[in-house]
Amino acid sequence: MIQPNTLPAPSTYRNERNYPFCPGCGHGLILNQFNAALMKLGLDPTRVVIVTDIGCQGLGDQYFATHAFHGLHGRSIAYATGIKLADPDLTVIVIMGDGGTGIGGAHLLNAARRNIGLTVLVFNNFNFGMTGGEHSVTTPPGGVTATTRAGNVERPLDVCATVAVNGAGYVWRGTAFDRDLADIIAEAVRSESFALLDIWELCTAYYVPNNEFSRKSLEATRTALGMAAGVLHREDRPEYARALRGAEGQRSRGAEEKPLRPRAFPALFASTLDHEFRFVIAGSAGGKVRSTAKMIGEAAILSGLWAAQQDDYPVTVQTGHSTSELIFSPREILFTGVTRPDALVLVSEDGRRMAGRYLKALTPESWLFVTPEFAGLETPARKVVFDLDAAGIKGSKKNLGLLMAAAALRRLEVFPIEAVAEAIRRGSRGPVTEENLEVLAMSAAVNGS
Amino acid sequence: MREFIDGATAIARGALDAGCDFFAGYPISPATPLLLHMIRELPKVGGVAVQAEDEIASISMCIGAAMTGARALTATSGPGISLYSENIGLAIMGEVPLVIVDAQRLGPATGGATTPGQGDVQFVRWSTSGGFPIIALAPSSVAECYSLTRRAFDLAERLRIPVFLMTDKEMFLSMSTVEVGSYEHPPVGDRIRVEVLPHGTPGLRPEETFLPYRFDPIDAPPAFSPVGGPHITRFTGSSHDEHGMLTKDPAKVGRLNEHLRRKIEDHADELVMVNADLQEDARTLLISYGITARAMCEAANIARDGGQAVSTLTVQSLWPVPEDALTGALCGPSCQGTIERVIVAELNLGDFRREVERVIYRWAAHARRIAPEIVGINRVDGELITPGQFLETILT
Repeated sequence: MIQPNTLPAPSTYRNERNYPFCPGCGHGLILNQFNAALMKLGLDPTRVVIVTDIGCQGLGDQYFATHAFHGLHGRSIAYATGIKLADPDLTVIVIMGDGGTGIGGAHLLNAARRNIGLTVLVFNNFNFGMTGGEHSVTTPPGGVTATTRAGNVERPLDVCATVAVNGAGYVWRGTAFDRDLADIIAEAVRSESFALLDIWELCTAYYVPNNEFSRKSLEATRTALGMAAGVLHREDRPEYARALRGAEGQRSRGAEEKPLRPRAFPALFASTLDHEFRFVIAGSAGGKVRSTAKMIGEAAILSGLWAAQQDDYPVTVQTGHSTSELIFSPREILFTGVTRPDALVLVSEDGRRMAGRYLKALTPESWLFVTPEFAGLETPARKVVFDLDAAGIKGSKKNLGLLMAAAALRRLEVFPIEAVAEAIRRGSRGPVTEENLEVLAMSAAVNGS
Repeated sequence: MREFIDGATAIARGALDAGCDFFAGYPISPATPLLLHMIRELPKVGGVAVQAEDEIASISMCIGAAMTGARALTATSGPGISLYSENIGLAIMGEVPLVIVDAQRLGPATGGATTPGQGDVQFVRWSTSGGFPIIALAPSSVAECYSLTRRAFDLAERLRIPVFLMTDKEMFLSMSTVEVGSYEHPPVGDRIRVEVLPHGTPGLRPEETFLPYRFDPIDAPPAFSPVGGPHITRFTGSSHDEHGMLTKDPAKVGRLNEHLRRKIEDHADELVMVNADLQEDARTLLISYGITARAMCEAANIARDGGQAVSTLTVQSLWPVPEDALTGALCGPSCQGTIERVIVAELNLGDFRREVERVIYRWAAHARRIAPEIVGINRVDGELITPGQFLETILT
């Protein structure tokens, strides 16, 4: 709700400064009507902010005794969105031109879609007045500007239709000369929705002389383009800043604990490891490689070690390879990369394809754990082929990473396998935990040759 | 007790502990996990987190929110910094407290979205028009991801300046073991709040009870009052006077731009951060930062175990450049000046080496000394620089 002003409403929201606009320019007319609207609304001036960007109309905020935010070209709606999200009860007015409407098109569309409670006044004079009369997204067909010397051949943007079809709460089109403009602006603010007023006006410096344009031309142009005037759209939807806070507040209710506190792992188990040990799992995306590695890393910490985990995967996360490099150490680990694994677990063909550099680096002291499909791999390492069929295991592929890593850890005895079970129990609750514990138990039956 | 944690989580925790209450971001690898953390966690502390329509809107929303008094954070990777560019300038000019996390990936363009890089070091310094300074910090451990995030908020708030936190894909996403009790908790200060002036004070406009851009002395940030607060305030990206009104008066514009420079440069001594590990008789000085500093420290340990003296300098404040620490490291712990060779290692084409060369060559020219040889270890193939690469370079 807009907070009622407890103080007497000011007799004007204008300050003592005079407008800087050209003779006959529409900007002053609109700003006067805007001032009249603020007087009708009687708002506390300290609870009103005018957000502007670049263009002659963007100078407008300097003539009001309210808060003002003057930003970069076309971004006023985005600044205003941040302001409104942070302070939803503030009355936020955006003053922008047809230039800003074009360059800030994405912000316009998304603000309408969200229905964030801003009142947007588009000072639409069909060209860039500040930089020398270049064409804008609203220049009418045939309009002569500095950059459309033979007449504009681009179709003008229907600003109102664009925001209306995308969910704006209040949409109006008219001119700077409309007598009811102050009432319309006040109504738009009261709608407490994304309200956009497309206000057509005259640029006497450029568009008027270049096109023999006049006040009468405004209506003729509008009619020729088939664009209607008046209140074109009203829609009652939740206002975004409050809706977002409401929804998130609902969701986070009952969150008592301070978020993201450390999940500390006590050293419940022991390890005799006296040097860094590098353990690499190379498998496929969707094969729980990374989550397996995380559980194993936690198990190492539960065994009094330090652990590091570095993953690699393509940008498409559900397909291709997934590899995790783990380091266990009795000391703090500095460099987290792995060039030569002490143990490499090959889970799938995707993993093998990515494991070339690891395979090349293996020595007779290294371990290589593979499924029977890779039994023929030539390697100087101690190769262990896990025959899962012989162990009577017919699990889905997704658990193969955990199964093989666990079987490898049983063989390596870097730390107790019970630490992995403890890490699984601490990591999650429910069916996944049960499934992982089951897989871990199954790994006891896996024999390597 | 130890935890298993990645840099993104440590940064999110640091932000929450620093009082962050606004986040806007746009999904991009590898920065997305921070967006997800903030979307999940900020509502729990009464804050707002939002996914914006693009990076331009992300930083714009943060700037708007920050000027209502919020402590704002955004996160992206190099391609997103490209889109932040214009508004980084606005944050400098409007004196907006803002923390920007850059989870660097390999460039240029789309580059390697899931590969680490450190190629944004010069980019963030010169990312916007005008050439005005910013602050950039680079954590070289997950524990520092936490503490330097707090530090970033502290500096952003107190100096009213955008502060970059420079990480990379590996630091951001890889899991490390951290001793829970070892986290440092640097204090997080607040903006200087407004000094209210009685109506009718000479120099005030009728609606004003304070001057939003009055800074005195020239190197101090102006006092703050929020948009929507009890004192009518003006924010602007244009050259402005102390009222926040557009001006072309050369005296006022000159003083403003001098102020924007000096509030960083005059305080460089308080802003710079390094971790110097210097050895007597070392002839080689290794310099690095971020993820690459970890390989450097491991290499130094190995070299020292092998009986070779070597000094290391881990740079935590990339901007401002820790100039005195760089020249001080050349002189060693007892200022004997034995360093003959400086090795600067980074995952780029030599971004920070330029600064090392600038500082050391200028120092040498000034002191009429022979500058040490300065060489780089650089890697842009998506792999990390290894301790082995350092050792090879030390020995050649």
